[in-house]
Amino acid sequence: MSNAPAIVAAQEPIRRTPVAVLELLRGHRRVAASFVLVAILFLVAVLSPVMSPHDPLAVSPDSSYLPPLTPGHVLGTDELGRDLLSRILWGARVSLPVAFVAVAVGLFGGGLIGLVSGYAGGITDLLLMRLVDALLAFPGLILAIAVVAALGPGLRNAMIAIGIVAVPVYARLVRAVVLQLKQMEFVVATRSLGATPLRLILRHLIPNLLNPIIVQVSLSAGFAILAEATLSFLGLGAQLPTPDWGQMINSGASFLNNDPWLAIVPGAAISITVYSFNLLGDSLRDALDPRLRS
Amino acid sequence: MATKVAEAREGHSASGWTPAQPLVEVRGLRTWFPVRSGVISRVVGQVRAVDGVDLDIRQGETLGLVGESGCGKSTLGRSILRLVQPTAGEVRFKGQDLLRLGSRAMRRTRREMAIIFQDPFASLDPRQTVADILGEALDIHHLARTGRARKERVSELLGLVGLSTDFAGRYPHEFSGGQRQRIGIARALAVDPSFIVCDEPISALDVSIQAQIINLLEQLQEKFHLTYLFIAHDLSVVKHISDRIAVMYVGKVVEVSAAKDLYRQPKHPYTGSLLSAIPIPDPRLERRRERIILKGDVASPLNPPSGCRFRTRCFKAQPRCAETEPPLDTVNLGDHKAACYYPLS
Amino acid sequence: MAFAHLLEVDDIHSHLAVKDGTVRAVDGVSFKVDAGETLGIVGESGSGKSMTALSIMRLLPRSGSIVQGKVTFKGRVLTELSEDEMEAIRGTEIAMIFQDPMTSLNPVYRTGWQVGEPLRIHRHVDTRTSIRAAADLFQKVGIPDASKRVTQFPHMFSGGMRQRAMIAMGLSTSPSLLIADEPTTALDVTIQAQILELLRTLNRDYGTATILITHNLGVVAGMCDRVIVMYAGRVVEQGRTEDVFARPEHPYTWSLLRSIPRLDADEHEPLKPIDGSPPDMVRLPAGCKFTPRCPFAIPRCAAEEPELLTVRDQLSRCWVTQAGATLDGDQGG
Repeated sequence: MSNAPAIVAAQEPIRRTPVAVLELLRGHRRVAASFVLVAILFLVAVLSPVMSPHDPLAVSPDSSYLPPLTPGHVLGTDELGRDLLSRILWGARVSLPVAFVAVAVGLFGGGLIGLVSGYAGGITDLLLMRLVDALLAFPGLILAIAVVAALGPGLRNAMIAIGIVAVPVYARLVRAVVLQLKQMEFVVATRSLGATPLRLILRHLIPNLLNPIIVQVSLSAGFAILAEATLSFLGLGAQLPTPDWGQMINSGASFLNNDPWLAIVPGAAISITVYSFNLLGDSLRDALDPRLRS
Repeated sequence: MATKVAEAREGHSASGWTPAQPLVEVRGLRTWFPVRSGVISRVVGQVRAVDGVDLDIRQGETLGLVGESGCGKSTLGRSILRLVQPTAGEVRFKGQDLLRLGSRAMRRTRREMAIIFQDPFASLDPRQTVADILGEALDIHHLARTGRARKERVSELLGLVGLSTDFAGRYPHEFSGGQRQRIGIARALAVDPSFIVCDEPISALDVSIQAQIINLLEQLQEKFHLTYLFIAHDLSVVKHISDRIAVMYVGKVVEVSAAKDLYRQPKHPYTGSLLSAIPIPDPRLERRRERIILKGDVASPLNPPSGCRFRTRCFKAQPRCAETEPPLDTVNLGDHKAACYYPLS
Repeated sequence: MAFAHLLEVDDIHSHLAVKDGTVRAVDGVSFKVDAGETLGIVGESGSGKSMTALSIMRLLPRSGSIVQGKVTFKGRVLTELSEDEMEAIRGTEIAMIFQDPMTSLNPVYRTGWQVGEPLRIHRHVDTRTSIRAAADLFQKVGIPDASKRVTQFPHMFSGGMRQRAMIAMGLSTSPSLLIADEPTTALDVTIQAQILELLRTLNRDYGTATILITHNLGVVAGMCDRVIVMYAGRVVEQGRTEDVFARPEHPYTWSLLRSIPRLDADEHEPLKPIDGSPPDMVRLPAGCKFTPRCPFAIPRCAAEEPELLTVRDQLSRCWVTQAGATLDGDQGG
């Protein structure tokens, strides 16, 4: 990696330019494939109004329980005759933002706590960690329900609640890694050069935190989608009649004996989404680690 | 920047320091680590890693620091650079007490000192290229005005430690242990320091590589008039590279002297047994040698023995040794001092 | 007993599968150990010295295997024994101690119980007797307060004490061969001196033959009757310790001895380092493996690998000395 000669080295803040991202995609097929997969998911969410063959809310009792591959209804219809494909496409508009926002809340909240806690140590660490322990003491879903109950039901509050549940996970993870890194001699070496704490954190701690964080993000994105489904089922998340994958599974579950696709189709949508995120996380972790580069 | 350096220089002369004085003067240095336990992390004891050390490091010399694991030699090295925060005492660098500097002033002073580590694998950030690793010090102290200057300096540093300039874009894992240690040395040189703490710089390397690194350190010292604090557990290496040697035992310096005298006439029984414990690669000599085999293990720095800390393993210990601790100048032959009431003759 | 040597290692080849190929970790190693003697194996990391020991014990890691060669111990061919038969020999006839005493004892069992384990397995004694025997062994290897120490857990032992406990365990069945793989590398010098003294005493008092594997030439000088020098999976020099140290006949040994600082050196002379790095074991050069670093190399060295042949008082794998030339400073410098 060479620095453009024109730039004053000492004041050069960003080195991973968009060009670097393109290079990454070109050099790593698995990253490229999973990146495309996730991109498609987002595209679906954005374009669902255009792509949907039907109104996802349009009830038509005449055509209820149509199996998949029925002409006009590729994925079939549900008990109220609503087109499943349209509902799945519209559902992506709910699930993906939830995953995104919830993970962001968890990552930034937890990451910050972990970083401060691990770096500062002492009494700060003690207090922050007891706070995190308190959060961790509640089962995740109960905590989410409590938060939503306090904030009021609705999709936005559900996202925040799920994000808060993820905070302790990130806080503990980041703190553990920071504590480990702090012991590493290269961190001491950087301090011996006269680096400021900010530089140490930005240049050395955060890049070395990427691996575990990326893996955790892909895992908790999956968790967030599932948690949102549960909250919606309880009436605390997406409000009826918003098409939502979780709700679709839950309502479809009652018809599992005769019309299993009502649950299978949204289930598959969740699986594919979770898998895409995991794949992206996994391949990014390998690609970003210089030790694994060929 | 030039004015800053000038200010710093003035600061030194203001403190009255001249190059004839020791570059580093350590006085009554103590670094204790609290041992915590329980839910509320109550302090239940203190590890006295460095427990009252006085030491001078003279301009241009190599002071060897030897001792067994846990004796505090590494902590002492890092305390002098203030990479761990000492509990008490003074570290005067060019006459200026580092422990009283504010964090900003301390960061600026770091330009004049550096450290080389034992583990060439842990001491380089795996996510940085060699150019980034070497360039970082330049960035921190604004030593390269342009990208080109930075690149040139990185090449120059690589050349100094005998590495190809083509290596600048590579990552640490692509190098062997010896090459990594050279990168670590180049990083230490980047800021153009006058004082380098070498913390066991060769003990993790293959035997056939060690001599390369020792010679490199010696060449660099000559070229840049460096002052070294050379920390190691291997007395034969320390004796080879050092002008003077300080021997540490459980947080204390127990003997300090010119390297030759220490080997020929050790005064402290611990130094004597340390010397006799080092195998010499000469079968005829080795079989004839008389050995002092110490009993027991190194005392715990958590709860050191009363009086002389070595008395629990010492073959010359008398009741007096348990009562009061012998100060370092108990044996005082000018340049050769030892903390012992019953020194070896 | 009708065997010529206690242990005969005959042309052993052991390979290790690694990510980017096969490492010929041991590549045609042969030597003999007689009852009561101490043989040193020196080499750097990756030279194959530990793999040789593990091949004798048939304890190679899963990725490794002995592909060729024969190990004969007291007339029995170890390389042909079943796993059960080998197990019986490992615990009783040949004992092995390792570099890291911190991880070689199980932290959840009392030391006495662990040290007595070979006796329970191989001599079928009961637990009480085995622990009493362990206390006796502790005394022999110089662990004070033996009867109290056997009831303690490993974390209450220092590194030196653990290594003593490991030696006690190795000795419990009175083996005729002890293989010590870098037994003092993880220890401080004064503790190293204690352990070496213990090994010397045991060798003298019980006549246990010892294979001492180390990278420390000083340790070999003080401990070993004969020495084998390994480089890149091969034996490059072999002979009586005095001969090898006084007059090395392989350039690697010669350079190594000149590159290490000596405590008894009078004046400060710059060390004479060996150029380059230890070889990449996956991509070894043709010919003699030391050629790229060798100050004496002649064109033939890079083309053809020499055999291990007698040169004056010892064996050496070197074209130069085999042709009658001597290694000296002027040539090498």
